[in-house]
Amino acid sequence: MRHWLMMLLVMAVATGALAQSGNSPATAQDIYPLATEAERERFDRLLNELRCPKCQNQNIADSDAPIAEDMRDEVYRMVKDGADEQTVVASMVERFGEFVHYKPAFDARTALLWLLPAIVVLIGLLVIVVIVRRSGNGGEDDGAHLTEEQRRQADELLRRQ
Amino acid sequence: MKRALLFLPVIVAVAFGIFLYTGLGKDPQELESALIGKPVPAFELADLKYPDRTLTPDVFQGQVSLLNVWGTWCPACRDEHDDLIWLAEEKGIPVIGLNYKDNRNQALRWLQDLGDPYQITLFDPQGKLGFDLGVYGAPETYVIDKQGIVRYRHVGVVNPEVWEQKLGPVVRRYQQEGS
Repeated sequence: MRHWLMMLLVMAVATGALAQSGNSPATAQDIYPLATEAERERFDRLLNELRCPKCQNQNIADSDAPIAEDMRDEVYRMVKDGADEQTVVASMVERFGEFVHYKPAFDARTALLWLLPAIVVLIGLLVIVVIVRRSGNGGEDDGAHLTEEQRRQADELLRRQ
Repeated sequence: MKRALLFLPVIVAVAFGIFLYTGLGKDPQELESALIGKPVPAFELADLKYPDRTLTPDVFQGQVSLLNVWGTWCPACRDEHDDLIWLAEEKGIPVIGLNYKDNRNQALRWLQDLGDPYQITLFDPQGKLGFDLGVYGAPETYVIDKQGIVRYRHVGVVNPEVWEQKLGPVVRRYQQEGS
């Protein structure tokens, strides 16, 4: 009986605690309230696409650096004013350089970055073509130069197995 | 011919190795400013010492100057402070300060206690100009030419070595240009 009471008590406390922690945590919507779903999506995409100049390899959604906070505020202000994605990105690139964008524009300096995967795949294809051709060359006339007699012998050997 | 072809992978590997090796010594934190060759972004900021005085990019006109971004919260700014005084007093280089995200009283006390190398200090508590300049960590020092155009950016502490190797040559080049 006492065990049962104890258990009930524990359960009551636990559910109470759960209910308390159930208060929803602060979301982006609380800190940066936006009117429409489209704006919220744009804001989210921008935060994930822009890179923090201080803590490199973090986007500004992720980073806690003061500069990332400033950038979030500025992106928020621009999105709220109805700026589209390109405008926001361009204004950040203007300040911090191409570095700030996870998808840098294609130009002479980033050409290698963008083209390298294609170049590597091309080299791979070339290597495959060469290897296949080479091995194919040896096989093509296999058996063609055999005399009738040799052919008969070969058939016999194969049949024996 | 075929023999030579066999060495191709080695040659490619060595070339790639050299390419990667040259990248090793580089500091990934050092980003080139997007503003090089462009005028200092427009601003209207109060003077740190005279709150009623409004300053605009005109403060850069007519002289090649250094724009030094600092704050009392920034330990590295303390490190370079004596060298900035050395630059201003011994070398006669005009240094404009940008007090970045700071508190006016603390900033004034700092200049009183440590000495003031700055010709003028812009007071930017919200970090607005700093943001437009692309400042991502103090201290940063820019070379601004006589027309108010950004010519160079140095991220990190200024010391005699940085002056001799990086800032000095740029300042001298633009000093000669218009004179």
